[in-house]
Amino acid sequence: MSGRHIGDVILDLQNISLRFGGVKALTNISFDVREHEIRAIIGPNGAGKSSMLNVINGVYHPQEGTIVFRGQERRRMEPHMAAMQGISRTFQNIALFKGMSVLDNVMTGRITKMKANFLEQAIRIGRAGREELEHRRKVEEVIDFLEIQHIRKTPVGRLPYGLQKRVELARALAAEPSMLLLDEPMAGMNVEEKQDMCRFILDVNDQFGTTIVLIEHDMGVVMDISDRVVVLDYGKKIGDGTPDEVRNNPEVISAYLGVAH
Amino acid sequence: MFYREAGQFKTSYAADQQIFPITQDRVGVLLILAFAFLAVPVLFNEYWLKAILIPFLIFSLAALGLNILTGYAGQLSLGSAAFMAVGAFASYNFMLRIDGMPILVAFALGGLSAALVGIAFGLPSLRIKGFYLAVATLAAQFFIVWALTKFEWFSNYSSSGVITAQEIEILGYRFVSPEAKYLLVLAIVVLLALAAKNMVRSSVGRAWMAVRDMDVAAEVIGIRIMHTKLLAFAVSSFYCGVAGALYAFAYIGTVEPEGFNLDLSFKILFMIIIGGVGSIVGAFLGAAFIVLLPIALDVMVQEWLSGFLSPSISSNLQLIVFGGLIIFFLIVEPHGLARLWQIAKEKLRLWPFPH
Repeated sequence: MSGRHIGDVILDLQNISLRFGGVKALTNISFDVREHEIRAIIGPNGAGKSSMLNVINGVYHPQEGTIVFRGQERRRMEPHMAAMQGISRTFQNIALFKGMSVLDNVMTGRITKMKANFLEQAIRIGRAGREELEHRRKVEEVIDFLEIQHIRKTPVGRLPYGLQKRVELARALAAEPSMLLLDEPMAGMNVEEKQDMCRFILDVNDQFGTTIVLIEHDMGVVMDISDRVVVLDYGKKIGDGTPDEVRNNPEVISAYLGVAH
Repeated sequence: MFYREAGQFKTSYAADQQIFPITQDRVGVLLILAFAFLAVPVLFNEYWLKAILIPFLIFSLAALGLNILTGYAGQLSLGSAAFMAVGAFASYNFMLRIDGMPILVAFALGGLSAALVGIAFGLPSLRIKGFYLAVATLAAQFFIVWALTKFEWFSNYSSSGVITAQEIEILGYRFVSPEAKYLLVLAIVVLLALAAKNMVRSSVGRAWMAVRDMDVAAEVIGIRIMHTKLLAFAVSSFYCGVAGALYAFAYIGTVEPEGFNLDLSFKILFMIIIGGVGSIVGAFLGAAFIVLLPIALDVMVQEWLSGFLSPSISSNLQLIVFGGLIIFFLIVEPHGLARLWQIAKEKLRLWPFPH
């Protein structure tokens, strides 16, 4: 990873607690994400990893704690506002728009950047037509980057799982995000697909300087590609640091492997 | 008709993003338009124009409106006829109460009134989905028909709420003959259909489909759900409203609120189910099917079956066939005639070597 330098803190989460009724999903969690880094969140099932991502992009609103993104403390915010600020994400269970082609799916990723209103689009003169072309060009760059040119007109419902995951990444990248949240991007993939996905993630990080927060269960992948790792268990943070530090943390070992009683 | 697009390579994104990227499609559409504008008024007699082609076009427009809402934005509605009623009565009142109101402006204002009512009755869609939303739009259906009957101001205090639409006159030319009315309706329907096609292939259409397919993901991408859903309700109701105005002014002439009842709403819903949910062509195919089927059935019964069937059965034959067809389409091809047409094209593309 040449030429990449990790910058200042871009996202700072302090004392986040999230409850659903009596269920505590997250308890008093603090960690930060630095610009341009790859930050992994790991933990056993039900540890609160996906909830953490949902807090970051505004799907869930934590009852306690502060979130500072790019120096601005944010109050309650809606997901589409997070998208406007440059936070994109993919989902654990693929959340593509099944009835649309790959190209249309990726084009929706640029929706926050489109300015023409629906009347201009209905008549399709001037700005609306020009805009479609401009954004198409950008979208084609992403399509080239992720090597999905051959399926651009295919309805996504017909694609195999691995390619759908890639299209979802393309849709997130089309927004040119400054921060990318990936929820288990490699779940259910075979070794080759995982290698491809790792390569894409590293390339995105390296070429575009995108900050990446990722949840992943494959420890080999996590330890290889991430700069820092935060470990959750039962909604609490039990470890934070470089992959090596985390690997040797006794609490993390006990959470993953269990302890002798 | 059966053509292949092989060999048509696009070298620019502009060429790839045309409204009809395949040459044959482009030529085909132009031929159909030329036929509809030039040949139809000459070739078809008054009965065809008045009783079949004008209602076909008007119902296509209403089905197009419902298809934008239900097919593209995924919000089920049973209130299309009520929005047509709003369009018809609003246009009538604008013509009646404002001196020198141009009729086309009155149609547009009728559509806009329907759009406003549509937004109001679309508000529940922000909280409820699917079947429950359908019930909420059912409330729109009953409430609007009731209000138009109850408040006599809407029908200018005529007995039982019947209105007689004013004559259509544009720039001094009076649209009285069926040919003239047909051409006017055709022009309006073609323009609005083109606008709909443009919308669904632009970002607003993609936002509608995104909300339809996966609303959580749509919101995370940056689509404002509320704005998108209400826009779909507004545009859809506008189309239905204009269709309603044309229904009153260019087709029936004398309408009452009860004419826009639930039966009509269902008829429009059947059109998009049979024609194809989420397809512009589907709205036209479905409308053609539902307008032509009863006539074809009548002719068939009279010609061949009049001796065998008792009148009580033959009069219900239409309903029996409709019901059967709806069930058939829901089971076999929920995406309707438009999808069947697409499958046929895909098969023929490979024919005669399917492997």
